This record gives sequence, structure tokens and C-alpha cells, in this order.
Amino acid sequence: MKTNILKFFGSLALLFAFVISSVTANAGTKDDVTKKGSLNCGVSQGVPGFSNADASGKWTGIDVDMCRAVAAAVFGDANKVKYQPLSAKDRFEVLKSGQIDMLARNTTWTLSRDAGLALEFVGTNFYDGQGFIVRKAAKINSAKKLNNVKVCVETGTTTELNLRDYFKANNLKYEAVAFTKADEAVAAYDAGRCDVYTTDKSGLAAQRTKMKNPAEHTVLPETISKEPLGPVVRGDDQNWKDIASWSLYVMIEAEELGVSSKNIDSMKSTDNPNIKRLLGLEGDTGKSLGLAPEWAYNIIKQVGNYGEVYEKNVGANTPIGLARSGSPNQLWTKGGILYAPPVR
Amino acid sequence: MLRIEEIKNSVKKNLRLGNLIPQLLLLFTFVFIIYYFTSNAQTNMASRNISSGFDFLKTNSGFDVQFSLIDYDGSYSFGRAYLVGLLNTLLVSSFGIVFATILGFLVGVARLSNNFLLSKLSQLYVEILRNLPLILQIFFWYFVVLRNLPSTENSFIFLDFLIVNVQGAYFPKFIFTNFNAIFYGLVCAILAIFLARYYSKKLIYERGKSLPVFKISILCLILFTTIFALIGNTDLQLKRAELIQNFGIFNYVGGVKLVPEFLALLFALSLYTSTFIAENVRAGILSVGKGQKEASKSLGFNNSQSLKLIIIPQALRVIIPPTTNQYLNLLKNSSLAAGIGYPDLASVFAGTALSQTGKAIEIIFIVMLTYLSISLIISAFLNWYNHKIAFVEK
Repeated sequence: MKTNILKFFGSLALLFAFVISSVTANAGTKDDVTKKGSLNCGVSQGVPGFSNADASGKWTGIDVDMCRAVAAAVFGDANKVKYQPLSAKDRFEVLKSGQIDMLARNTTWTLSRDAGLALEFVGTNFYDGQGFIVRKAAKINSAKKLNNVKVCVETGTTTELNLRDYFKANNLKYEAVAFTKADEAVAAYDAGRCDVYTTDKSGLAAQRTKMKNPAEHTVLPETISKEPLGPVVRGDDQNWKDIASWSLYVMIEAEELGVSSKNIDSMKSTDNPNIKRLLGLEGDTGKSLGLAPEWAYNIIKQVGNYGEVYEKNVGANTPIGLARSGSPNQLWTKGGILYAPPVR
Repeated sequence: MLRIEEIKNSVKKNLRLGNLIPQLLLLFTFVFIIYYFTSNAQTNMASRNISSGFDFLKTNSGFDVQFSLIDYDGSYSFGRAYLVGLLNTLLVSSFGIVFATILGFLVGVARLSNNFLLSKLSQLYVEILRNLPLILQIFFWYFVVLRNLPSTENSFIFLDFLIVNVQGAYFPKFIFTNFNAIFYGLVCAILAIFLARYYSKKLIYERGKSLPVFKISILCLILFTTIFALIGNTDLQLKRAELIQNFGIFNYVGGVKLVPEFLALLFALSLYTSTFIAENVRAGILSVGKGQKEASKSLGFNNSQSLKLIIIPQALRVIIPPTTNQYLNLLKNSSLAAGIGYPDLASVFAGTALSQTGKAIEIIFIVMLTYLSISLIISAFLNWYNHKIAFVEK
């Protein structure tokens, strides 16, 4: 009897210890990240050009560079990132639960996500729109002619919702075959399960490279939605949101000022006060963010300005081959809509 | 009587002071932990401005589902989407349970057959399918078998009845006119069958003669429905799926459609679960004493009679409890559907609806409660059945 009671109190104590240890103080994300020594960044399960791991496990892409930029700002070292591949379906829950510090996973900025999920979109690092890809053998040249078709789509995305809106608005019939992973949806389309595959146009270009015979498929000209893609953080930490936002803005600002990873060291001798402020030589932009004065310098030096990041990952000379001129992803000074608030 | 005594004793034992205090403490801790986690979740959600509650069930879902037993599209509510998922889960589980049971019985009996080839083949079937992970089997059916079916324009067409291609299998829809007549025919047939059964019982008791009740029943069914259908002018039309061409895209429209995701899941679940049921059946049959079989033989029963009348009824007592578990496993395993995009409860509601609304706690709670309820209903039913066929102890 006695040992039973002892055992009982022992297990009770353990339970309490567990309950109490689960009450953790809600410190700032930046402090947590600094303490951990690396940034946990949620990325896709493989969208070439955005976030994709090569055979050696090295991640590249425009979203990956967003993670690297924040790491460069916080640590002064762009490589201190741990990537966590997430499905579209899981991404927000994983972010909310605190398993990742930031989500850079070609995620569309919408009102319900921004306001309803207690999340904060930090900006747009790629302006995209939804499109369709079909087999050339289908002899269809316009999305208006899609009727009685089966469409493969990734579940838990805005794509899934836009798809319905589009077919409803145009009074066309379709069946949506929804998959959890983009890869599965693409494979199903490739195998003939669906007549059409739909996602953001950048995604179409990227996924097409994975198909058995990319030349057999064609992207239809229509863009059926606005898809501003950007990184996301939790909504309860203003400082962390600012760090992520301005990490993006300084890359855009650097391009506008003509500062790149290659010429940044020679730029140090410039007289332009804007550039001096950007490089942390004048004023202290890092102070109000809680970062080192050379935080923006580190981003540009190690990751590059927006133009470099774009051309390296999705530009015309990559397999994705998305020409930048004429697209919204061009600086506002060149007819695009990329516009960074003043860094001062 | 015995059980009530037992309960009384155990209550008495538990009420002794030495036992009472730890139990109260345990209860207190349990309540505290539940309270702690709920209030913790509430404060955290409130501090992050995460709205909670079940109001979202009434709002428009905005997404479509490819395979649904009831009318549904994105203009219906999330509550309706839940129903779509639930029905799809029930559909694949109930078909799966029926097929797995039939297959399992056949294979289980075949494994004990005197025919060497048959018994070894059944053993091979069980050992292979039982020892491969279920998700791999689902992938095998979906990605290897069904993906390699011909494209829509080159569909297999069997006897102008079944159309099979990479996008699914299409049966004709049966459309009856004046179906009432058949219904009345069925009612009469059932009455006739009851009469026949009653008469045959009477015959056995009074004269020791038996009637072929099963054959008579089948005959009644066919005869009555046909006669009534003829009198009532019932007409049956087959509405086949039609091939529609839109530029270079071909599609079958109409008819009854089974999507490949459903078929793959059904095949994998039925085959996998049937192996476990086969083993239960084998164990059940082996558990019946050898003497029973010998006794039935000496009474002049042939093999199938002795199996049907002597062995199986006794074996069922051993077979049913573990088979209940297999039914529950099949139901729960059906949630692996998400892997291939079959819109079951887990994939439509705990998947798509969850990510579109962000109501993780509410949705997971609903889904868990649903699976729990279905499982409990299945197990309650089978417990009742098991109780019914158990030996009546005197």
C-alpha cells in the first residue's frame, strides 16, 4: 500500500513538472532566434525557383533567399538557416505553433489569412497570378475554352478557391481533383488523371520542368487572379515583423540605388547619403530594429539585391525562365510595382 | 447477479480510506490538467486574436470536391463539406468492410483446404499483403495500377456496360419508370419467404423433412418481382456515360462514376484487411475441437454442411472479437486517403477546410469525435452480435 501511494505521488510530481515546464515565457522572436543560433524557416516541398533542395540538400530559390536575408540581418551570416519543407495545408499551423520563425513559401497575401489567422504578411517578394497548363494535344489556346475538364490542384491554397470562382464566373463545368502535395497534383496531371493543372504562373513554369516531357505542355495566356506572394510571421511580435519586412525592402532599395553584392564594397566610399544610410555608415537604421548597424550591408553582401536574387532564381536565364521586364516584378522606376518605403 | 456482486465489492474496496485519497487526488489532477490546457489554449488564442467557435460551419466553403454523394459545391457551407467527407469515409469503409469480410472468409477457409495449391496460394496472399505497409499498397494501386489505364479516348469498354480509363470507371445509371410495382413485388416476395420458412420449420418438426428454403427464396424473389414488373409496366433504362469532346479533350459525362482515388483506396483497404480477417477465420476454425468435425461426419454431414452448420457457428465466437478490431482499423486506416486525394473526412475537413479556415482546434475536435463515434457504434453493434451468438450457458 505504502509503495503504491509513493508511486502515485511520484507520478503526480512528474505530471506537475511537465505542466509547469510547458508554461514558457513568450520572449521576442528575435531573442529566441539569437539564442537558438539559427533561423527556422518554413519553405515549400520543392518549387524550383522559389524553394527547392538540390541533390546535396542545398536549398535555393527566391523564398530561400528571403530566409537567408533575415538570417544575414540577425546573425550577420546568411547561412544560419534551418529549412523546414511544409505542405500548403500545414504551413500556417506550423507557423502559429512556433515550430518555425518565419514562413517563406510562395504564400498569397489575402485578407482572411492576414486578419483571420493572427498572422502578419511582411511584404510581397513576388507578384504572381494563377494560370493553367494543358497538354498541347488538347488543342486549347484559351482558358475560356476549358469546359467539362478535370483540374488537378493543390489543396489548402488560394488556387483552389480561385479555380472555383473562375469556372463559376465563366459558367464552365469542371471537376477539381485536389492533392495535398504539389508534386502529387503535377504527377496526376502528367499521368492523364486531369486535363488541366493549375497554380500560380511562376509555379506552372517551375513544375513544367519536372514533367516527363515539358515540351508537350503549354501554359494558357489568361491570368485569373492576383497572387502577391510573400513571407509571413506570427502576428504577436511587431519587432520581428519589422525585421522581416525591412530585410525585403533593403534588397529592393539596394537595387534602386544600384548597390549589388558585387559593387557594395566599392560603394562604401560614395557621397550619396541614401547609400551611406543603407550601408550603415550614416545614422543607425539597425538600432530601432534591434540589429547591428551593418545589418543591411550583410544582406546585400551575402544575398544580393532584389534584381540579383530574381535573375539568379527565376530570371530569363534559368530553367524557370520568367522574363522580368514587363512583369510587375520590376522596380517602380522601370514600370513595375516594386516600391520600397524609404530606408531612413 | 454475479456482476452486480463484483461491482459492489470493487466499490467497497475502492471506498477504503487508503484508496480514496489517491483516487481523489488523481481525479483532481485529471480535472486540473484538462482545465489547464483548455484555459491555456483560450488565453493564447485570445492574446493572438485568433477567433474561435463553430460559426464557420455555416459560412460558404468556397472549394469544390470532386466526388460527393450529396449535392455539394463551393456555395454550400463548411458544415455541408463535413457531411460530404463523412459520407465518403462511410462509403469507402462500408464497401471495404463488406469486401474484406467476404475475401477474408474465402481466403481463411481456403488456407485450411486439403487442396495443396489452394492452401499455399492463400498463405502466399496473406503473407505478402499483411506484411506490406498499407500506404504503400494504396500507392501501388493508385500510382502503378490505375495510372497505367488507357486515356479517355482509348477507354476499355466492357460489353457496352463498364467503361474504364485513367480518369475513373463509369457504370450506366439505372433509371426505372413505374418502380413502385417492383417494390410491391419485393414486399410480396418477402412475405412469401417468411411463409416458406415457417412452413419448412413446421415440416422439420412434424415429419423430419427439410425444404430447400434458400432456393425457394431466390425463386420467390425473381418470380414475384418479374410478375409485378410485367403487370405494372415497369421499364428499365440504362443511362450510359457519354463521351464528350471539347477540342482535344475527351470526357465521359453522366452515368455512375467511380473515381480512381476511391477504387485505389477500396482495393488496398479491402485486400489488406482481408488478410487479417482470413487469419482470424483460420484461428476460429482451428479452435473448434476436432471431435466436432468427426462427429458431424459420422452423422452423415458432407464437408460444406459440417462447415456451415457445425464449425462456423462455433468458430464465430472466436472470429468476431478480433474481427471487430479489424473493422475499426479499416475505418481509421481510410483516413490515409489524403495521400492520394480521395475526399474523405480527414482530407476534406481536417485538411482542406482546416487550412482554409485556420480553425485547427475546432476542426480536429469535430473529426476526432466523429471517428470515435463511428468506431464506438461499430464496436457496440459487433459486441451485441457477439453476445447474441455466444454460447448460452445454463
